Amino acid sequence: MLIIKKKIFPWLAVLLLLLQTSCDSRDKASLSGETKDQKMISVKGSDTMVHLTSSWAEQYMAQNPGTQVSVTGGGSGTGIAGLLNGTTDICASSREIQAKEKALAVQKKIDIVEHAVARDGLAIIVNPANPVSELSMEQLRRIFTGEYANWQQLGGPALPIIVLSRESSSGTFVFFQEFVLEKADYSPKARLLAGTSALVQSVAADKGAIAYVGLAFALEAKTSVKMMPVKSAENAPAVLPSDETVRAGSYPVARPLYLYTNGNGSPEVQAFIDFSLSAAGQQIVQETGYVKVR
Amino acid sequence: MWKDKAMRLLMVSAASTSICLVVLIFFFLARESAPFIVKPGLGALFDTQWIPVSFIKERFGLLPLITGSALVTGLSMLFTIPLSVLGAIYIAEIASPVEREFLKPFIELLASIPSVVLGFFGLMVLAPLIKHFFGLGTGLTALTGAFLLTLMAIPTVITLSEDAINSVPRAYKDASQALGASDLQTIFQVIIPAALPGIIAAIMLGTGRVIGETMAVLMVTGNSALMTWSPLAPVRTMTATIAAEMGEVSFGSIHYHSLFWIGLVLLAVTFILNIIAQRVLVRYGMMK
Repeated sequence: MLIIKKKIFPWLAVLLLLLQTSCDSRDKASLSGETKDQKMISVKGSDTMVHLTSSWAEQYMAQNPGTQVSVTGGGSGTGIAGLLNGTTDICASSREIQAKEKALAVQKKIDIVEHAVARDGLAIIVNPANPVSELSMEQLRRIFTGEYANWQQLGGPALPIIVLSRESSSGTFVFFQEFVLEKADYSPKARLLAGTSALVQSVAADKGAIAYVGLAFALEAKTSVKMMPVKSAENAPAVLPSDETVRAGSYPVARPLYLYTNGNGSPEVQAFIDFSLSAAGQQIVQETGYVKVR
Repeated sequence: MWKDKAMRLLMVSAASTSICLVVLIFFFLARESAPFIVKPGLGALFDTQWIPVSFIKERFGLLPLITGSALVTGLSMLFTIPLSVLGAIYIAEIASPVEREFLKPFIELLASIPSVVLGFFGLMVLAPLIKHFFGLGTGLTALTGAFLLTLMAIPTVITLSEDAINSVPRAYKDASQALGASDLQTIFQVIIPAALPGIIAAIMLGTGRVIGETMAVLMVTGNSALMTWSPLAPVRTMTATIAAEMGEVSFGSIHYHSLFWIGLVLLAVTFILNIIAQRVLVRYGMMK
């Protein structure tokens, strides 16, 4: 069973390649001659950022017909591994590169360059029927580590808290653990669901549920779930996540999103990074539900 | 003559391909899991917690995953066995030919539903039902997974049990009825005991199918690595753990090797179940 799983990836890669080449040849047929010096850039990494990076890629390719940008997800870890193994030009990551990975890069003589290109806020979502109106970072930590088990302990109704989280393979899982749980372990009772939409759906259906999702997803689902204002400290004001509060840094559960490159990369890679930070690129950041850095 | 030899060689290699593959899989699993023995040592697998991503201490105890798989499989067989065995008896012994023609295609249809589709059904239909019925906060529980797995095991167990019942010699039935036994007495006191080894083998093979199922349980059991025997608690099964974590684990890490240990345990369990099933069949002369 496992060997099959492992073997699927090379086949998939071959398939993708075939698709890619067939697309190329079609392009060549239609654009005849002009595409002889077609340049390729690959962007790989964070599933959170796939929507954003592919929107960038689309517009970038429209403006620079000589360049093909291919975007794949797989997770921040996969992307960084790809950059280290030389299988991708640009890595999209929703977390900062770890010390372990940096050490590996030095070993492989890869000069990792970091570009902060956008910001992402994690919204805390609960069921709309939940009357609790604000939570502090401390309370969030205690909820997700399992110290609080009932909404009564937070001034709510007598209802068991159902803690929902992403799978441990997700970059968001690690970010939330590091940032909100202060590196403590999640409650063993936390249910780990495979994907953001499963989280939103469970929170919409279950009264005692609480989960964390990217701001863009929460804004999209705001009719079926309730976003929770968060206080950075006990006596600080509770802040609702929004573009303004995430950019200003007043909303506490927010993170930067990065593109990583090997050195400054080829001229095409540089041009793509410049594009992501340009006014047009940052406009796309806003349109896809993230927060501009410039 | 060389044609005969070539043909023979071709057939031998075709027949032994699957054996080679099984050996290769074992070899591959062993190779990928071996580094775990050196660091952190096999004792780590007996931890009572599975926390593969942690800033404090990563823990790779297989026990909660094994109990999770055992709970879901056990519950599911609890529903599967009576449903399938009674169903098989009805189809083989009592149903009229018309009923049989109607029932069998539907059972086979059930076997052909992809497990992701069943998982989706479980998430959207079964989980809310279970939530309301038991008054729970959420329907993502071991029981929901067990119900779905029951749907998957039923076709296997019914079909194989029916074969076992059909293979009971006609003379047994005739003799029993000639002695004045009623239909029910004949079924439960003559035919079922005679077909029992085959039915047990069918149940074993159904259990193997259920333990190895991944997608449906990943979607509905909640995936919390708890050591519990409560059907209404969320559990994390071995298969779901591999499926959820393999994609993102960093290659060559302790976590990576530990996932292969889960694979080894799973393979060993299904292997043993298959061997027992075959032994039972051979022992009672139902398979040569």
